[in-house]
Amino acid sequence: MIALLLTVFTPLAGMLLLGALRSARVAGWLNLALCALSLAGALWLAADVLAHGAVAGDSFRVDALSVYLVVLTALVGLTTAIFSRPYMRYVHEEKRVSRGGLRLYHSMYQGFLFTMLLALTTDNLGILWVAIEGATLATVLLVSLYRTPAAIEAAWKYFILCGVGIAQALFGTVTLYFAAQHALADPAANGLSWSALYAVAPHLEPRVMSVAFVFLLVGYGTKVGLVPMHSWLPDAHSEGPTPMSAVLSGLLLNVALYAVVRMKMLTDAALARSATPDLAGHLLMGFGLVSFLVAAISLQRRRDIKRLFSYSSIEHMGLMTFGFGVGGPLATFAALLHMLVHALTKSAIFITVGHATHISRTQRIDRIRGLIRTQPAVGWGLLIGVAAIAGFPPFGIFTSEFLLLSATMQAWPWLTLPLMIGLVVAFAGLFRAVQPMVFGAAPPGQYPVRANMLPVILQLALVLLLGIALPGLLAHWLDQATQLITGRHLL
Amino acid sequence: MPLLDQAVLVLAAMALFTAFALLAQTRLTAAINTFAWQGALVAAVAALTGRASGDAHLYVSALITLTLKVALIPWMLHRLVRRLSLERQADPLQHPALTLLAGAGIVVFSDWVAAPVAHFDASATRNVIAISLAIVLLGMLMMVVRRQAVAQVLGFMAMENGLFLAAVASTHGMPLVVELGVAFDVLVAMVLFGVFFLQIKNSIDSLDIDRLSQLAEPVEDDERGDAP
Repeated sequence: MIALLLTVFTPLAGMLLLGALRSARVAGWLNLALCALSLAGALWLAADVLAHGAVAGDSFRVDALSVYLVVLTALVGLTTAIFSRPYMRYVHEEKRVSRGGLRLYHSMYQGFLFTMLLALTTDNLGILWVAIEGATLATVLLVSLYRTPAAIEAAWKYFILCGVGIAQALFGTVTLYFAAQHALADPAANGLSWSALYAVAPHLEPRVMSVAFVFLLVGYGTKVGLVPMHSWLPDAHSEGPTPMSAVLSGLLLNVALYAVVRMKMLTDAALARSATPDLAGHLLMGFGLVSFLVAAISLQRRRDIKRLFSYSSIEHMGLMTFGFGVGGPLATFAALLHMLVHALTKSAIFITVGHATHISRTQRIDRIRGLIRTQPAVGWGLLIGVAAIAGFPPFGIFTSEFLLLSATMQAWPWLTLPLMIGLVVAFAGLFRAVQPMVFGAAPPGQYPVRANMLPVILQLALVLLLGIALPGLLAHWLDQATQLITGRHLL
Repeated sequence: MPLLDQAVLVLAAMALFTAFALLAQTRLTAAINTFAWQGALVAAVAALTGRASGDAHLYVSALITLTLKVALIPWMLHRLVRRLSLERQADPLQHPALTLLAGAGIVVFSDWVAAPVAHFDASATRNVIAISLAIVLLGMLMMVVRRQAVAQVLGFMAMENGLFLAAVASTHGMPLVVELGVAFDVLVAMVLFGVFFLQIKNSIDSLDIDRLSQLAEPVEDDERGDAP
């Protein structure tokens, strides 16, 4: 209980504290310390949950599935804070952001982490909605932080599209509450409690639940970045500050997908005895596969480095959505593992990209050249990161993609073909862009910058470890989450 | 059908009418007033439902809506419009007849989507759920067809009205803590919209969203151009 409060409310306190703090130098360090405190709380909470099972109470509930994302969120929050402290100072010295903007950045960074952790630990589906909408509100001013016309345009698009999308999710939540009123004894007290609903899910009216799920999927799917609701994502990622791109890709998309998975669990249980028991899974498979293929094609011939990697995020979110849609223990385990390794790898890549754009002072791919000669650490970081994200062995993404492909082979053999083609196309798009950036001739007058590669090394080493030998503890942990989602153990 | 239910239906239908009025209204000041009326109608539905069902917390919801959607947000929008001197600006629709026809199509579609609920629950709520979904989707349509930032925000807020109506009519309101959270989000969103208006105005000296997207288009074209 104390662990939970420490994890979730440290960022809230941090948001208020950093909003009031004037010194930018102290703010960077304080931001880092708060993230470390929150991560300590998250690890404590995880130990608690793994030892004694789900921690539940009045309108919150932390089980194996949510605590794994809580730890991931706190970890990526910390590593990105390590990167952002010197990076935002540099941006400030470049006069791209004012002192007030820097204060807003630090305060809203913590605010964003608070909404993410709240969404993961709450049991109330209404609060879940409020938290995910709150994440949009916290990040939207950060996307326009540089105040360029393109940044304002991107932020407006982000605000409007996510606002419209998330409104559909609220309609879905209302419909769900409506179904709950006829199944629960005391709906006013716990009608939106996920665990109470899950307990009576077989009695929820299937037709109403199908309508609710479609709205919830479209709504939260907008934030996952599923095609065709994805168009805000590349804009917001490319125009916002780089630490923001790292946490958006690594955390926000995961948490939105987490919401979809929770809704799928309810819908599956409610529809089990109806005419269309797999409706939710089929919808997820369809949206996931289309997103994956469209993003793989969009990866070709990009000119902006951050846009390139944001399309790669859509591609991977599509894969995970597809995995959860296929269902069954193997595919679900693969999707959960993929969530973990993708978040670690992608935020490491965005941190490296931040250093790379700092070195060459542009985001245009054709002007970023010769990173490995100018600064080997950044060049190697980008190369290894891209090798990992493209699914090369021995990295963790290879493992999860391999498991996902085997699961697809078992359940839907002919769908393996588009998956393989998509992976190859995505790989080609990524490497054609990255190879000259890393190995090309460095333009004259390009100097190394002060880069802290510690977060990148840490995260890529973790991904490597997960690929070579999945630690028993973590495998057991993911297996518990799989059991929670599918009702069966994989291991 | 009890008198209160009939009153709820009439008020909900009037809220749907204001959604159409918002869609067709070209003058910003008048559109903001129409939006305030819609908020008042939705708040009245909440209060009446509260009276019919005896749920005290619905009165609280009605009061929150009244302060937020009828007083505070229209006041903030009027102030912004004055500050950006947009009072006399008209924002004509490209194809008014087509837009209104699409709106009518949306109402029919909403009725079809709400049909499963009708099989499930024979009370008057079915029609109100269809109406509230129609208001949500009409707000979305408004955000698509209007090119003016303030009008888009009105569409956004009208969607929130529709969602609130759905919650009140189908389930006698969400739990109070959720409603407070939603109201807080709406309020913060409104403040942020205000900040954005100023940022957009400063950067392109207009609140026409079309011009905003034209500014970004060179970036997009650049994207699709031939790689070296």
